[in-house]
Parts: sequence; C-alpha cells; structure tokens
Amino acid sequence: MMIDCKHVWDHISAYIDGDLDPVLRAEINKHLETCEICSAVLDSTRNVVVLVADDRVFELPAGFSQRLHQRLDEELTAGPPEQPEG
Amino acid sequence: MAGQGSSLGERFRLSIAPQADLDCIRRILAGEKQLFHELIRPCEKPIYFLLLSMLKNEADAEDAAQETAIKVYRNLHLFRGDSQFRTWVLSIARNEGLGRLRKLGSLREDSLDAETDDTTGDYTPAVLTSWREIPAEIIERQQLGEILRQAVQKLPEIYRNVVLLRDIEEMDIRETATALAISEAAVKVRLHRARAMLQRDLAPKLKGFAPKRRWFWGRA
Repeated sequence: MMIDCKHVWDHISAYIDGDLDPVLRAEINKHLETCEICSAVLDSTRNVVVLVADDRVFELPAGFSQRLHQRLDEELTAGPPEQPEG
Repeated sequence: MAGQGSSLGERFRLSIAPQADLDCIRRILAGEKQLFHELIRPCEKPIYFLLLSMLKNEADAEDAAQETAIKVYRNLHLFRGDSQFRTWVLSIARNEGLGRLRKLGSLREDSLDAETDDTTGDYTPAVLTSWREIPAEIIERQQLGEILRQAVQKLPEIYRNVVLLRDIEEMDIRETATALAISEAAVKVRLHRARAMLQRDLAPKLKGFAPKRRWFWGRA
C-alpha cells in the first residue's frame, strides 16, 4: 500500500505516541525515508510537543503553593477528614 | 512534568505508584493529617492550570484550586483506588470549575462534554521542507516561553484541556479521558488536532530560534 502525505499527517499524533499498528507504522516510516516535507512536519510537531511540555513554560504564580497549604492547614486544624463507613 | 532533556518515551511512562498513594491516604484517615500536604503537592499544578483553562482568570483559578484541595481532603474516604489519585483529584477540580461556570451562567455544556467533535476545523499542519530542532534550553529566553504559552492559551478549551493533561502533565489516554469525562477516542482526536494546531501556529514562529549550524553543508 502506498500512502500519501495527507495520510501521514492524519496519524502524526499517534505515531509520536507509539500508538499505531505495526503495518501502518512501517508504511509511514517508508514514506518518511523519501518525503522531506513529512519528515519536517513530524520533527517540528515532536519538537513543539516537547517544548510546550517543558516545566519552565507553565509555572504556578508566585506564592501559590504557600497560600494553598496555609489554607489547608486551617482546614486540617479544624478537624479530621470523614471516615469510611464500617 | 517533563524535565529538561527528557525523551518522549520517558515523558509518557507512568511514574506514580498507586500503592504509595493508598498507603498515604490510609495513614491520613488514621490521624496523620499533615501527610495530606505531601499527598496533594504533586497535583497542585494540574489542578491550577485545568481551572485556569476553564475559568480564564488567575484569581478565580487559585480560589477554585484551594476549594478543590479542601474538597479532596474532606472526601478522601471516598477515594476507592480504582483510578490514579491524581485522576480523581482532577475530576473534583473539573467539577469545581463547572460549578463555578454554572453559577456565572457561562457554561457551554455542549462545548465541554461533546463526544463528537467539530470536524469543520482545519487541522492541516504547517508544510515545511526542513526542521532544525529547537533545544529546550532556549526556553529560558523569556520570549520563547511567552510564545509557547500564548499558543496553548489560544487553543479552543476542549483541545487545551487535553494538551494540559496529556502532554504537559503526562497523563495517559485513559487517565485523561477519566479526568475530563470524555471517551478515550475523543482524547486521541482532540490531542491530534491540538498538536496540529500548535505545530501550524508555532513552527513558523520557532524557526528563528533554531541554533545556527556550524557546518556549511547542513540543511538550511
């Protein structure tokens, strides 16, 4: 089976996650060997996913954790959590 | 969270030991209340950013995150251990967000809960003829972090929530589906579309951040 670029693009996310059946994955690999456009689309998508997921991109507001645990302390001091029945 | 230099394979591997969470919960319920601080700490970031995605206001998201943590503590005895603790916590956070949106009268149930996604959007990636990898170290440049944040914030909410849980928090498909109360198939579709939208938006902007090649015969 010959697959075209559109077909490859439709499966890029699953390809990145390793969530494709082996036959389709092999077909895409074969296509990637000769298609510089799909190789660039795959490389750039994978790169974007890694960059967006970096710890430094989304950081909690300053003091968030301190305020949260302060409020939790008030709750914890107030009483124990409910107990399971029985 | 994805650390600097970690591979995709490492990033998508589950690292939480459910038994450790169950032991911790048992001790809290037996009276070691202060352990709750440590139990909830790994969930702080996903709770806040899921609520920020839903409420679109930092102060509201922080207040809702605190309320979520308190509800988790008060209902800890209800956790059955049939999902990851984080998944259960995020379900509570999502319900907290939905409750607040309902009170504001700004909840669009169809957009949040739809199993059949809109198929009219354009999810074609940016067509490139080459790509030079942008190393994560470059994120320390303030401008790049802001570009990445804006791209995620621009995504429609149903896609943003999936990216937040699946790619940024590294939850697996099943956990993501449970936390967002959608099917696993919907997670896959939304993730695929979100990644395509991010690539199309970001690839042209990120090209300029690629390190200069040292060798004259390298691809441009």
